[in-house]
Amino acid sequence: MSVKNVTAPITRDVARSLRAGDAVLLSGYIYTARDAAHARLIELDAKGGAMPFEIKDSVIYYVGPTPAKPGHVIGSAGPTTSYRMDAYAPRLIELGMTGMIGKGKRSQEVVDSMKKYGAVYFGAIGGAAALIAKRITACEPVCYEDLGAEAINRLTVKDFPVTVVIDSLGNNLYETGVKEYLAGL
Amino acid sequence: MREIQASSITDKVREMCISANVVLPGDVSARIKACHDSEPWPGAKDTLAKLIENMNIAREDSVPICQDTGLTWVGVELGQDAHVVGGGLYDAINEGVRRGYVEGYLRKSVVADPLRRKNTGDNTPAVISVEIVPGDKLAITVGPKGAGSENMSRIAMFPPSKGEKGVKEFVVESVAIAGPNPCPPIVVGVGIGGTFDKVALLAKKAVMRPVDVRSGDPYYAAMEAELLDRVNALGIGPQGFGGKTTALAVNIETWPTHIACLPVAVNINCHVARHVTAVL
Ligand code: SF4
Repeated sequence: MSVKNVTAPITRDVARSLRAGDAVLLSGYIYTARDAAHARLIELDAKGGAMPFEIKDSVIYYVGPTPAKPGHVIGSAGPTTSYRMDAYAPRLIELGMTGMIGKGKRSQEVVDSMKKYGAVYFGAIGGAAALIAKRITACEPVCYEDLGAEAINRLTVKDFPVTVVIDSLGNNLYETGVKEYLAGL
Repeated sequence: MREIQASSITDKVREMCISANVVLPGDVSARIKACHDSEPWPGAKDTLAKLIENMNIAREDSVPICQDTGLTWVGVELGQDAHVVGGGLYDAINEGVRRGYVEGYLRKSVVADPLRRKNTGDNTPAVISVEIVPGDKLAITVGPKGAGSENMSRIAMFPPSKGEKGVKEFVVESVAIAGPNPCPPIVVGVGIGGTFDKVALLAKKAVMRPVDVRSGDPYYAAMEAELLDRVNALGIGPQGFGGKTTALAVNIETWPTHIACLPVAVNINCHVARHVTAVL
């Protein structure tokens, strides 16, 4: 299997070039956000406020890490289940977000937004949190530190292993992967 | 009456919270390795290899296997000839959870109220299930339970006419609906019988049972094997990317039930199937 090296932030053109099933090693900057942080971002947006980080071409990682042990950059940091962010993702895609990293299924509304604006949904390995933490080289707080594990941080990642699950054409590895395996039996 | 100090319970629970989150039980790691070796689909094999690498890193670096260090489920079997002294049993357990999660750099994932949702800051309270058993020992099982898989669990109150066939279909359907969400490969805990509340506890006990221990009843042991085959024939595979290894085990626990009832519960656990037991 060939592996693509991708640098974040990701332009819409690069996002559109990725295909479901691609194995990707992601390097660069990504932002962490899960349930509570998403709720705040959308509330802020509804009031006309600007996003607290550059949302254009950004990649958001759905993660709530464990506390970092002394001497560690971050604690264990695997993906959380993405569907809980489905209510918020379309607006963030519209605002310029081009990538999401999580695990599990997405709603049709999210997929439609991804197709319309050009965005990609990556799956990280759920439960591989210690391994993923090794690929995170820096973690800086951005905002909402009162949310603890749910605060928004900017992560610097180097060769973070992800797989394109849903691409900007709407292809979905959760469907095609299972079909291909069953057809190969 | 044998006396057991509350402080010794606290110390033990603290230690178990940390070890359960850092080191996968031997039965689970052995099963993941065996599944890796027998997985025919290359992508799936690769994912399983990463899970093995992950558990090795967690153990060597003494960090949590998964960032969701769970809501702490604690199963207690208290001998009727044992007496907890120097404090209450529940308080002793919760103090152990508090210390384990704070001192062990584990994530605090518990909110004090289901709707008002303020984090308690120390992962307490645990969900504690106590049973009185013969003897003078105290057996404690700590099973930190991740939400990704817990949220994919289901319960049904069937009429008895649904029978064995209906129960099996419900189990397979539950795994199919869960798909990639509970971080497959999963452990499927099935409760059958009892009442509405009892069947959920049976399913929870089933997921806490080691994956290499089959039901003591040959009828249900055969059903566990059949259901494992059927679940793995779905092709969901590790992480839902396709493959043979959808589940590591199907464990069934049962209880007598009412002439008009056939309750079934499916509690799903992820491959980070944490459970550790100690006897005081
Ligand atoms: S379901 Fe299990 S492996 Fe997946 S994120 Fe939750 S605890 Fe971790």
